[in-house]
Amino acid sequence: MTTIINIVSIVLVLSGLVFFFGAVVGMVRFPDVYTRMHAAGKGDTLSSLLVVLGFMVYQLGRIHGGELMWTDLLVAIKLLAICAFIMLTSPTATHALMDAGYEDGIEPVLGEDGDALSRDQDTRRKGGGEPKPNRTS
Amino acid sequence: MNYFFIWSGLVLLVMMIPLFYRMNAGPTALDRIVAVNMIGTKTAILLVFVGTIFPGNRVGMFVDFALAYGLLNFLGSLAAARYFHRSRAVAGEIDVEGEAEEPAIE
Repeated sequence: MTTIINIVSIVLVLSGLVFFFGAVVGMVRFPDVYTRMHAAGKGDTLSSLLVVLGFMVYQLGRIHGGELMWTDLLVAIKLLAICAFIMLTSPTATHALMDAGYEDGIEPVLGEDGDALSRDQDTRRKGGGEPKPNRTS
Repeated sequence: MNYFFIWSGLVLLVMMIPLFYRMNAGPTALDRIVAVNMIGTKTAILLVFVGTIFPGNRVGMFVDFALAYGLLNFLGSLAAARYFHRSRAVAGEIDVEGEAEEPAIE
């Protein structure tokens, strides 16, 4: 039983490391502030969540494997609190930073749909030229 | 199991190095802030790693440290976002149509 719990913990921590690797690659290679922030927000949140969940499973396995201590259960609850906290705060921080950057006038790299956040209609399709014929509004 | 935690912590630490590159060479200040935010979150995770492999079953102390560190990281990031909000100092060069060219404040 302890072996199964250890394997689950190892799988969770390793998948967290894989997602963090993806976030780091996006952070280095993406062309724009906003795309980098996208990679950072998603990958960082998910990898932190997976790693902390792996530690929580490992801690619960230590409870199961004898010498039942209520402090171990408290540690698992605190790790769950870290999970909830990261899941709340990391997208909030990313959104606040993105808003600050957009209000400050950092120009995004535009695709063919243009700037969807812009308020006037002319600059909204600045990057794309003509919109697609079957997606006209 | 301890060796697995030690080695995955080292892998996490090594994967922070490209973030230091982005923190050093980011074109705008927001890149640096986001990189610092990521490094702070991963440092909170690394505190949990250290607490798990620490001798003497001291995990609770380090988990408290990690929680406080994550809270401070979030508050620092929000304060930086509020500070740069409409302060027009984020981008290295700013050209908005209809306004005169002004030197960028570094």
